[in-house]
Amino acid sequence: MPKLRQQVLVLYLADSALDSNVVGWSLYDGTGRSAPVTGDEPLPPYESGLDALKDGWRVIQFPQLIPPYPGLEYSTSFLKHEFIFERLEEIND
Amino acid sequence: MTNRAHLLTSQQMASFVTNGFLRFDELIPNELNEAAMRELDGGLKGAPYGTPFEQLYPSPSAIGQILRSPAVQGIITSLVGPNPLFDHHAIHTRAANETKSQHLHGDAVIDTRMHFDIQLMYYPHDIPLEMGGTLVVPGSHFRRINESDIGRYQNMRGQIPMVCKAGTLLALHHGIWHCGRRNQTGQVRYMYKIRLNPTVRQTLLWNTDDLDDPQVEKILGQHLPWFEWATGRLEIMNRSKMWRFLTGNESYDTDYWWKRVENTPEYMPASAE
Repeated sequence: MPKLRQQVLVLYLADSALDSNVVGWSLYDGTGRSAPVTGDEPLPPYESGLDALKDGWRVIQFPQLIPPYPGLEYSTSFLKHEFIFERLEEIND
Repeated sequence: MTNRAHLLTSQQMASFVTNGFLRFDELIPNELNEAAMRELDGGLKGAPYGTPFEQLYPSPSAIGQILRSPAVQGIITSLVGPNPLFDHHAIHTRAANETKSQHLHGDAVIDTRMHFDIQLMYYPHDIPLEMGGTLVVPGSHFRRINESDIGRYQNMRGQIPMVCKAGTLLALHHGIWHCGRRNQTGQVRYMYKIRLNPTVRQTLLWNTDDLDDPQVEKILGQHLPWFEWATGRLEIMNRSKMWRFLTGNESYDTDYWWKRVENTPEYMPASAE
């Protein structure tokens, strides 16, 4: 039975469509082969969320579309379009 | 009294409103940078919150000399006005050969004021890319977040690692998202930071000779690479609100975003015959 570990890719997209452009990104690597940290990558790994699917990532969370709270229609906060992907990788230990 | 020649221009102020910071490369001469490094190595004497800024770092002090220089005084006066208060300062160091960076954050706590504090970040020695430098996300200062709640955002399009020469100064809005990137060199990295609070209404404190220059509106309307399409429009509106605050011109609008949604006529013409 192979040992599997999860890699998690978080893509922040320009709108709620999966094929819109990536504006922010994070990667967490459960295999331990890489250890990405903040601010090290000037360019995203994919141009869009759809490009990540084409490369084998499985999307595991779509962001909900939630209307703004009354009175806060014009204020800004967290990035809204956060898509989470996973990939399972075999490890050799 | 600050020399008018050292005050910021309206275009610089518009850039501050748009990006949340201003950058002044190699502003401080090298002999002062070297003296500042020696002073930072020895530690700085603190002061209570709310101490008048002018009472800080009495002579002889390289940091005091830098902060009292006409160029830095012009930056401070333009942004927070005369006689600001000391909030706090810090000597931030990043150890050599780090494997981790700081998480992205905004300083202090969620802060919804239109009035704003500034933070000055001073880099007394050269910062090459492998040494990290502070990471800054331009235009993030209007986002209502609380400190490190944004820690999961590792990278954003258009983020700026502060790669700079010795003597470079950043003047930041209190809300800007930033973090210390990891230092992959064998040398410790230094950065000195001070936060200042205004004591006057922050209106028209700079050199306003170019206030009506068309370039001002162009700067205030810039799209930034990490903006989502829809929320990015709200950021343009946030800037317009801040420009209204800074200029006292309550009808200012970049493009037509506010005027369109503020248009709620109550006038009832006599019925047409």
